[in-house]
Amino acid sequence: MRLSEHIYRTISSIGGPLVFVDKVFSARIGEMVRIVYPDNRRMDGEVLKIDGETVLIQVYGDTRGLDVENSSIIFSETVKLAPLSPDIIGRVFNGSFLPMDGMPLFIPEKQSPITGFPINPSARARPEEFIETGFSCIDGLNTLVKGQKLPIFSAAGLPSKEMAAGILRNARLADETKRFVVVFAALGLTFREYSFYRTVLQEMRTGFVAFVNMADDPVMERLLTPRFALTVSEYLAFELGIDVLVVITDMTNYCDALREVSTAREELPGRRGYPGYMYSDLASLYERAGKVKGLAGSVTMLPVLTMPEDDITHPIPDLTGYITEGQIVLSRDLHRKGIFPPVDVLPSLSRLMQHGIGAGHTREDHRKVSNLLYKYYAKGRDLRRLEAIVGRDGMTDSDKQMLDLAGAFEQEFVNQEIKRRTVHETLDAGISLLKRFGVVVE
Amino acid sequence: MTVQRTEHSSEHNVGHIKGISGPTVTVDMQGLKLYDRVYVGRAMLTGEVVRLEGPGAIIQVYEDTRGLGMGEPVKGTGNPLTVRLGPGLLAGMFDGLQRPLERLREETGPFITTGKELYALDYMKQWRFHPLKKPGDAVRMGERLGYVEEGPFKHYFLSHYDGAILRIIDGDFSLNDSLGELDGGRDMVGCTEWPVRTPRPIRRKLPSREPLITGQRSIDMLFPLSRGGTAVFPGGFGTGKTILEQSIAKFADVEIVVYVGCGERGNEMAEMLEEFVTLTDPWSGRKLTERTVFVVNTSNMPVAAREASIYTAVTMAEYYRDMGYHVLLLADSLSRWAEALREISSSLEEMPGEEGYPTYLASRLSSFFERAGVVETLSGELGSLSMILSVSPPGGDLTEPVTQACLRTAGAFLMLDTSLAHRRHFPAINWFQSYSLYEKELAPHFREKVSPRWEELKQKCREVLRREESLREVTELVGIEGLQDADRLLMQVAERVRTEFLGQNAYTEDAFSPPDKTIDRIGAIVEFHAAASEKLKQGVLLEEAVKTSLNAK
Repeated sequence: MRLSEHIYRTISSIGGPLVFVDKVFSARIGEMVRIVYPDNRRMDGEVLKIDGETVLIQVYGDTRGLDVENSSIIFSETVKLAPLSPDIIGRVFNGSFLPMDGMPLFIPEKQSPITGFPINPSARARPEEFIETGFSCIDGLNTLVKGQKLPIFSAAGLPSKEMAAGILRNARLADETKRFVVVFAALGLTFREYSFYRTVLQEMRTGFVAFVNMADDPVMERLLTPRFALTVSEYLAFELGIDVLVVITDMTNYCDALREVSTAREELPGRRGYPGYMYSDLASLYERAGKVKGLAGSVTMLPVLTMPEDDITHPIPDLTGYITEGQIVLSRDLHRKGIFPPVDVLPSLSRLMQHGIGAGHTREDHRKVSNLLYKYYAKGRDLRRLEAIVGRDGMTDSDKQMLDLAGAFEQEFVNQEIKRRTVHETLDAGISLLKRFGVVVE
Repeated sequence: MTVQRTEHSSEHNVGHIKGISGPTVTVDMQGLKLYDRVYVGRAMLTGEVVRLEGPGAIIQVYEDTRGLGMGEPVKGTGNPLTVRLGPGLLAGMFDGLQRPLERLREETGPFITTGKELYALDYMKQWRFHPLKKPGDAVRMGERLGYVEEGPFKHYFLSHYDGAILRIIDGDFSLNDSLGELDGGRDMVGCTEWPVRTPRPIRRKLPSREPLITGQRSIDMLFPLSRGGTAVFPGGFGTGKTILEQSIAKFADVEIVVYVGCGERGNEMAEMLEEFVTLTDPWSGRKLTERTVFVVNTSNMPVAAREASIYTAVTMAEYYRDMGYHVLLLADSLSRWAEALREISSSLEEMPGEEGYPTYLASRLSSFFERAGVVETLSGELGSLSMILSVSPPGGDLTEPVTQACLRTAGAFLMLDTSLAHRRHFPAINWFQSYSLYEKELAPHFREKVSPRWEELKQKCREVLRREESLREVTELVGIEGLQDADRLLMQVAERVRTEFLGQNAYTEDAFSPPDKTIDRIGAIVEFHAAASEKLKQGVLLEEAVKTSLNAK
């Protein structure tokens, strides 16, 4: 314990979001500091590196107006903490946890470090409880379960926000008596998107907590915002026993912020300039989803990201896909055909689906229906290439039927506009589609 | 092993933190040796000396350094990073530093906090010791003294020295107790420590002649693995690496499995553990957990411990190998280990090699792979350690450094193919790109032990797949209608080979296919092909020929 407050006026250099402070007596890694600007503005920062008496600080805000002579740094001796209380439900905060809804901050019951602690793998419970999203392509073929992390891979111009909104509106637990809260974290949102989500959140029946970092807010704040959201989620889930669905959009902005800090630190860039530790950093967020044995709640995560240049091998979707338990991939081609949600089910996948479907979870015939739909759609899609070469007339009748099935699958099963379907309606729609094309479903 | 402490050790072995950057800490401390284990800070985080510089040292810390402060104390132990070896490891689950995760959970709750040291072994538990030697016997180093029953296995205790036995117990003991005494007052103990980065000693390495049956038809037939061999399978995300690793962990024909979840998903491990408790080993009929040791360092656990986890695991695997068992080490995934190495290397500000990986990546990998092999143990038994490791190449690009470094050393390369996975063909092993260097050595075994037709059927299977590939191009231009009947038949046969033989659903009974079943399946398809071809030659129409040949079977 330090007996007095540590204030330093020994800034030696400032570059971008990074500040070097000299002659610091006893700093800690990850310690929260407050930076006092010459005009008395205050901004939070964090100790990134200690080298003897020189300390490197990352500022979670705009460093414009900061100087070497008159600015000072106050060391707090603690890591960054998030205030927590059951009263948080229904509130909207900015990316630095300041209320944005005009009301004062609640009185915190406790404070927790925002980086959290890893869940002991032996304490994890297997995710197997079904969450109904209302979208056939997810519920039927890529089922989401409690405690899963399932990202949406979107691309510029695709309706990822309408899809996220649809899930926010329509997500239901199998057991409707349980408490269910959505935690929404927005990173680098434009005002247009913000007002859209704002309306959606206000219309929601279940509770929500929102953290909003706008497009013109400090970039560095984007590294904090998801950690606040997840700390709040863990609190709601594992201490209050609530089932929490976390929607984070857009992870691409998070990764870009990470890259910005990395280049400012003059670290060796990895692929496309992203730092080599991006996998571990992303995992420290995504792996906070889960269920814990003996505790009631769960954290389920739906991160949304934009694939730069529609490229699924870009480091952001690639590393995400390696950590998450599947992915929902949106397709420009389906979007052009006017299909909503434009989900391409072939590259999409839910790894935890097997345990969340069937008797006792959804319906007995779920696995069979989903396998058949998948198989015949894949076949139909394969035949489209052939059609492009030989023409429809050159194909056999059975091939033509497969082509039609694939078309009908997209138009009727995947396409559902904003209408919500229960999982029973989804499966029935699938069965009637298969039967119409002569597929035997027992 | 005993620790030789010098007189001055206590005054030399305390220092203070001078700098912190990510997982590395600079200290002002003398009297340290490279790769010594140290305790860092008031929280007593475990670390390892990675560089000595002038009057100080650089330490790689195996736990989260957040909250660590300047000037905090650092204590040396004089010992390298070790694991504890003794009965009670089987069915256990450890982190990269061999802390038992179940007991950690009982003590600290569901979340892992830093600075908690727990021994991997339970020193209170009573074991029944059965001696194999009696007082007066002379023993050599590595010779069996006796055993306890660890689940279904005889857990042998090997002598650490040459000498004559003065006294040996017969009955219950705990790991705190002595097993007896050798001449010269040397104690015989039930557990030992071993530095993780040093391979355990053996008498000699032997060439491998026996296959490692995995129960996966495509591997066993087309790309067989050998006991004591190494295999890597690279594949992009969603190609089913983890499912394949887990299937092999379930069904492989070995006695003991060490499974390392290295920087992978926590939920997957939960799923696997739950499943293993309920499943039985198809070879022995006993519970799967009883033969498995889990080492788990998920992606959100500290990076440096991830680097150590594969060494912790391989040392435990060698320990059981030394008792004369066939051991399989599975790691998922090696890329995460390499990334941890890269992260540590860059925080040490080393000169980077390709894609930022340190230049010693390839040499570290090959010396790790060399710990596999069939061996004659010090007690003269035959034991083996095989390795099957998955690789996660970024963007599915196999030209990246980790995959390339693995290819130079591994004996089998099983390439998982994204396009097969999208077609839901699992295991998504590409049959043109993959290879196994053990194929020739193992051919006699399959021919003699399984079926004389093994090689012939394998060639037929390959032939069908190759011809399908060349016909596929033609089909894309002219349509299936444009092919001759014999070729259309071949396309049908190829589809059967792909779906009925190569494809295996990990969630059904078919997940495990013993060699007999494997040979029957391919045999049936090849015979069908022969019968239908014969009928075509006689002028029977294709549909008819296919139908009658199917019925004939």
